[in-house]
Amino acid sequence: MSQETDVKTLVIDEQEVSARAGQTILEVARENDINIPTLCHLEGLGDVGACRLCLVEIKGSNKLLPACVATVQEGMEVSTNTERLQKHRRTILELLFAERNHVCSVCVSNGHCELQTLGQEQGLTHVRLPYRNPDLFVDASHERFTLDHNRCILCTRCVRVCSEIEGAHIWDVMGRGTNSLIISDLHQEWGTSACTRCGKCVQVCPTGALFDKSKIGSDHPKYPEFLPYLNLMREAQ
Amino acid sequence: MSKLKLATVWLDGCSGCHMSFLDMDERLLELAEVVDVVYSPIVDTKEFPDEVDIALVEGAVASVDDEKKIKKIRDHSKMLIAMGDCAITGNVPAMRNPIGPEAILDRAYIQNASAQAQIPCVVVPKLLKVVRPIHEFVKVDVFLPGCPPSADTFHTALTALVNGGPLDISALTRFGA
Repeated sequence: MSQETDVKTLVIDEQEVSARAGQTILEVARENDINIPTLCHLEGLGDVGACRLCLVEIKGSNKLLPACVATVQEGMEVSTNTERLQKHRRTILELLFAERNHVCSVCVSNGHCELQTLGQEQGLTHVRLPYRNPDLFVDASHERFTLDHNRCILCTRCVRVCSEIEGAHIWDVMGRGTNSLIISDLHQEWGTSACTRCGKCVQVCPTGALFDKSKIGSDHPKYPEFLPYLNLMREAQ
Repeated sequence: MSKLKLATVWLDGCSGCHMSFLDMDERLLELAEVVDVVYSPIVDTKEFPDEVDIALVEGAVASVDDEKKIKKIRDHSKMLIAMGDCAITGNVPAMRNPIGPEAILDRAYIQNASAQAQIPCVVVPKLLKVVRPIHEFVKVDVFLPGCPPSADTFHTALTALVNGGPLDISALTRFGA
């Protein structure tokens, strides 16, 4: 039997669904209009399960699984929106807000930010954890774009799009834990790196960490929808 | 029914939340039928009253004076509402946190002074090392984010709170709104 015809049946939020073997829980949920919040996941990029927002409960297991990388199994019973998951999601968002300096009111992405929108969707009205207030810097050495580490949530979308789609791989992550930092090339100024100036990283960045210098104030919507389209066109060739 | 006693307070913020509150325009008259404003930057009372029903607090806690005030407000208020992003997240006033008060004061009063360079030390309260949201000092009952929360947000939220009706904050406003 070929993989295409290997069908799995499972239950997501009490709804019976069928899926192809190898599909992720997230893919199948979205095909069936079941919303699972995500942040590091982006249609068209490889998944890394970094943000943990898409954690779901599986009946019979006390481990929570990230829906973006966990594949479907026959007979699985998945819950995507339990009270426990909602509590974890809010805590994850609070940790992200507390980790760096996210000042929504003066951010270029105010009103277009996925972190801000998720906070609102998950009912976050304040952060219970103390803010860390780290002393971070802004790299404005690039002729067209700016990197503001204050707003970075380390989702690695920029790293993945540059490596997987553009093929330049100028972005990477250095350090560990709270010292992690997005760097260009061998930790040098972005403007002096081998950047191809394509701007894909800016469009996929969910927050105001990467932005276009030509935009003023908070008028900076991002358009990551080009990615699946670009992939489709490349496959067709 | 006697009117509810409403206080509004201005800590480390820009007063924008108070401006937005006033933007309720003619709806303020509607509000005035059910509340008395007993303390506010826009009325003349100098001391925070002993018994307040609803206290709306704008601004973060940035100085020893703010810290003293917020504790007094909590002690004398039945319901404390954190009004706007500064009170809730620290927001713009908290942008000095990674730099520290010494460097900020030096920049403002020494390096950039054209005459009589000196850091103010009398009358003005001492700055805290870090600016923090009010819920890190006292219990907050309602969080109303926004920079500032819109007049509609104020109207919907206050109407619900005064009447004891349901209130879904996230449907009204968010950080940076």
